[in-house]
Amino acid sequence: MIHSLFLINASGDIFLEKHWKSVVSRSVCDYFFEAQERASEAEKVISTPHHYLLSVYRHKIFFVAVIQSEVPPLFVIEFLHRVVDTFQDYFGVCSEVMIKDNVVVVYEVLEEMLDNGFPLATESNILKELIKPPTILRTVVNTITGSTNVGDQLPSGQLSVVPWRRTGVKYTNNEAYFDVIEEIDAIIDKSGSTITAEIQGVIDACVKLTGMPDLTLSFMNPRLLDDVSFHPCVRFKRWESERILSFIPPDGNFRLLSYHVSAQNLVAIPVYVKHNISFRDSSSLGRFEITVGPKQTMGKTVEGVMVTSQMPKGVLNMTLTPSQGTHIFDPVTKLLSWDVGKINPQKLPSLKGSVTLQAGTSKPDENPTINLQFKIQQLAISGLKVNRLDMYGEKYKPFKGIKYMTKAGKFQVRT
Amino acid sequence: DEVVEEYSENNFYESDEEQKEKDLKVKNTYTMDPDHRLLLRNTKPLLQSRNAAVVMAVAQLYWHLAPKSEAGIVSKSLVRLLRSNREVQYIVLQNIATMSIQRKGMFEPYLKSFYVRSTDPTMIKTLKLEILTNLANEANISTLLREFQTYVKSQDKQFAAATIQAIGRCATNITEVTDTCLNGLVCLLSNRDEIVVAESVVVIKKLLQTQPAHHGEIIKHMAKLLDNITVPVARASILWLIGEYCERVPKIAPDVLRKTAKSFTNEDDLVKLQILNLGAKLYLTNSKQTKLLTQYVLNLGKYDQSYDIRDRTRFIRQLIVPNEKSGALSKYAKKIFLAQKPAPLLESPFKDRDHFQLGTLSHTLNSRATGYLELSDWPEVAPDPSVRNVDVAETAKEWTGILGKTKKEKPTEKFYSESEEEEDESASTSASGRCLESNLHLCRRTVSSELESGSESEKEDKEEGSSDESSGSSSSSEESTGSESDSKESTAKKTPRAADESDSEDIKKKAKGISKKRGTSSSSNRDSTSSEESSSDSKSESDSKSDSESGKSRSATSSKKEEKPVQDRKAPNKQDVFLLDLDDFCPVTTPVAVPTAAVLSPSLTADLEGLSLSSSSVIDVTTQVSVPTKTHELLHRMSGKGLAAHYHFSRQPCIFGDRMVSVQVTVTNTTDQKIENIHIGEKKLPPGMRMHEFNLIECLEPARSITVSMGIDFCDSTQTASFQLCTNDDRFNVNIQPPVGELLLPVTMSEKDFKKEQGLLTGMNETSATIAVAPQNSTRLVIIERVVKAANLGVVPSGQDNIHR
Repeated sequence: MIHSLFLINASGDIFLEKHWKSVVSRSVCDYFFEAQERASEAEKVISTPHHYLLSVYRHKIFFVAVIQSEVPPLFVIEFLHRVVDTFQDYFGVCSEVMIKDNVVVVYEVLEEMLDNGFPLATESNILKELIKPPTILRTVVNTITGSTNVGDQLPSGQLSVVPWRRTGVKYTNNEAYFDVIEEIDAIIDKSGSTITAEIQGVIDACVKLTGMPDLTLSFMNPRLLDDVSFHPCVRFKRWESERILSFIPPDGNFRLLSYHVSAQNLVAIPVYVKHNISFRDSSSLGRFEITVGPKQTMGKTVEGVMVTSQMPKGVLNMTLTPSQGTHIFDPVTKLLSWDVGKINPQKLPSLKGSVTLQAGTSKPDENPTINLQFKIQQLAISGLKVNRLDMYGEKYKPFKGIKYMTKAGKFQVRT
Repeated sequence: DEVVEEYSENNFYESDEEQKEKDLKVKNTYTMDPDHRLLLRNTKPLLQSRNAAVVMAVAQLYWHLAPKSEAGIVSKSLVRLLRSNREVQYIVLQNIATMSIQRKGMFEPYLKSFYVRSTDPTMIKTLKLEILTNLANEANISTLLREFQTYVKSQDKQFAAATIQAIGRCATNITEVTDTCLNGLVCLLSNRDEIVVAESVVVIKKLLQTQPAHHGEIIKHMAKLLDNITVPVARASILWLIGEYCERVPKIAPDVLRKTAKSFTNEDDLVKLQILNLGAKLYLTNSKQTKLLTQYVLNLGKYDQSYDIRDRTRFIRQLIVPNEKSGALSKYAKKIFLAQKPAPLLESPFKDRDHFQLGTLSHTLNSRATGYLELSDWPEVAPDPSVRNVDVAETAKEWTGILGKTKKEKPTEKFYSESEEEEDESASTSASGRCLESNLHLCRRTVSSELESGSESEKEDKEEGSSDESSGSSSSSEESTGSESDSKESTAKKTPRAADESDSEDIKKKAKGISKKRGTSSSSNRDSTSSEESSSDSKSESDSKSDSESGKSRSATSSKKEEKPVQDRKAPNKQDVFLLDLDDFCPVTTPVAVPTAAVLSPSLTADLEGLSLSSSSVIDVTTQVSVPTKTHELLHRMSGKGLAAHYHFSRQPCIFGDRMVSVQVTVTNTTDQKIENIHIGEKKLPPGMRMHEFNLIECLEPARSITVSMGIDFCDSTQTASFQLCTNDDRFNVNIQPPVGELLLPVTMSEKDFKKEQGLLTGMNETSATIAVAPQNSTRLVIIERVVKAANLGVVPSGQDNIHR
């Protein structure tokens, strides 16, 4: 049961508070600030004499929930994340300014999401029927007529068997898009061999279909999927027996499925990094050189390559020249980032130069770890392929689209 | 939907309480209570939830209740949660840490998922490290140590220190690597970072203490380090080590004391105490060299600012320096100071967390939160099963378990109103993968009305338009009268629909409804009713009678309020199917053996078989639509020494007995000699199965074949009928296993009748599946043809074009 919610911005101002039960004084947040001071990173769960504080940090805002008695912490955290997602859904972005601008809607939404401390309507499309998302036109009308965004009808979806979908959806263009996005999490060691690599994927969908369509999505190789979690709309039985995703989709954007590719499959690492970073004991200069190149990309171009590396504290400055792209070294945070862009296999991008170390300090023990980001369009690195998408229950022919993408997740190269 | 999941989760907990009690029983009898099994089975799909809290809750349930062999399935899902937000990661890692102490095996396969990335926040890093340490064993320790080496070099010094602790723990836990670890740690002593060195010293101290055998060298090395190390804990540790093992380093120890005596006043309290200790120990072992030094140190200590140090000084002086006042104790000073000390146990900091329930706030905080409830103890006696809603016969309970669809964990006491139930039901059906009604294809069958379940009245409502629904729900407003009266009424409402039903039948039906009601009140009672029911069933030969019966069972079932299990049925080798309604109906003339097997398929077959078996006089058996020519091999010619045998199901009513399925066996002689005297030898049939043998084949010419027919009563199952096929000089073991479809018997009826029967046959006997239809297969004829190929069914003329029956 969640008692209260405080929204705190990065500078420590409580800019919104909401109480579902009795009012809890703001001073309870002092414990939160104290904890923040103690550790650079705020503790997630803080115990105070009378309350417990659970916080979530997203979009540079702390969402601090106050609870009074034993409750599963994950439930609170999950709910807070859902609140953030809902704000994002309503206002496009979830930022302090946006929340302040739409404070009435924010309160209305929070009131609906939690009833007396218990989650009530958390499904975005039910909420949107209850409280209409703000638009410019509606704001103007509301200001003039003095009406509110609160819908005058009870949402029909809440009572239906498919609470995630509204009834009476109408589109002139009926379209269903699915994005298969895979992320590679990997740790590559000094010599270039893979320590651990795994593929995690999601299928995000954007479905704009009239009526109550019933979709069936089948894969060419469903065996690849090792561990899956579904949007509640997916019929679990059919997945279990036939490995087919059968569902009545929610309206709009949603995450249909997230999956993990079984560990037995060897992960093809699409890029390699050649590095030569050395600090010398004697001089205060060090050498720095990285080259990024494509490895197993199945003939696709690697795009959006971004290299970041946290330099040791002893580094004063870096003088580097990239063969392509731009690089920035922040002398305060000691963070080097190099925006490479596309990798041209003929002319591999490289970043060379020297590192200035603080005089008098000994050389750092460890070379910095290189974090890599990249994107490969039109490729699902695990080899997952959607076989077909069928629609039942409606007469029209929808436009169907599927897109594959591979991204780097937590991709690290140890040097 | 999160909310729904949250609630269902709560429901699970409620039944959880009961379940724990069940578990006790499990321990005694080593058989799992069906309810217990049911709970575990039904919570398992929730591991696939996108809501981390739900997954955690299921993990918790499995942790406490599932047999060890099954608890492992939760680890995969927990590891998946590690991909989500930091906050979730933090909580989940904490729980995994606790779990991994008790059951290493659960997370061992996911070892690499806990490898630390440099971008992880420190808190997460330490938790991962903790888990890695817990998971370390002989097999993976070398990989782990290599990984730890990288961590030690981390820029995050706090984490590096934690890694050293972890190495120390691995070293004590796994004796094979103790030396390797110790060497590694000694190397770290030359590290430039002081925190790392200090931590290593502390860990080495603990390690040496566990096996002080011959580590003089290391102690000497550390004594040399003393000049450079400034971290108090490390200095104190070194001094303690030297004091403890001063006899092993007799030359160095006094020198160390000399050096530290010089710097005594500038040391930290912790170090001062250890200097005093060192002095005392040396005084006892080597008083010649160190007497003066010790006294000097003791004098310094006497006037120290710290109370503790003055106290310790006084204590040591009285104990070791002999004077007239010192009592008997000083004699034993040496034994007191140089006693064998037990080695410290390097333990996980998560060790003590397991007394809090996993996934709770208290567990996260490691302190009791307000409102925390202890896991209750197992009760001494298993609770009376009647506390749960036992208005279903034992067999039916098992069925629900089998079909994975249950209402048990919902508070069944509640009387759902008709509309509520409707929703319930459709929710469950949609969840179980059923398709929209328009392309819903149901296979319904019944064995007898014994297993009615599901409120088929609703079924009918759905199919016939929702006009009745409203009436049903309006009648439900009288909830106070209970669900029985409710259902009775709804039955009554339906009466007008069945045009050929007379008033008297209506009354009869009501009467039966009442008797049914009685039946539900107690299970023993119910048994009697059901037998009465079946006897009345057997009498019912006329159409009108069966109508009344249908009404009765309808009321019975809806009063049962049991959810209808809907089972996906896979139709093999057809990519297309649709809505096939298997129109079988059998008035129950036979007492049906209700299968108790825990697997669906045999029991399903059993139903089907019941149908064909009990196809008594009431039903007009349809003439065959088509007889598929698919034959099955009974005996290959190679293994039969030239005698080959094939069989197929002729789909004719068997002439040998109405419970038998007729099988045609074609025997072929592929040898060049006559085979004589072919007959059936020894039969190995499952109990209850009967077989009518074919007549003796006296002689089979070479390259000739002969077809004989035999009848087998498969007796409610797809069990294999094994028998020997004998010739004059050989006997071959062969067996026949019937496919499900062959056990059915088609009957002819009108569409109206069909619907009526369909209404009867819902519930347990219903299966449905949706099959994607390839365009070329979507015509009516093709579909019928395919279905018929798979099963012995008939076609009912249908008014609707897209429904095939």
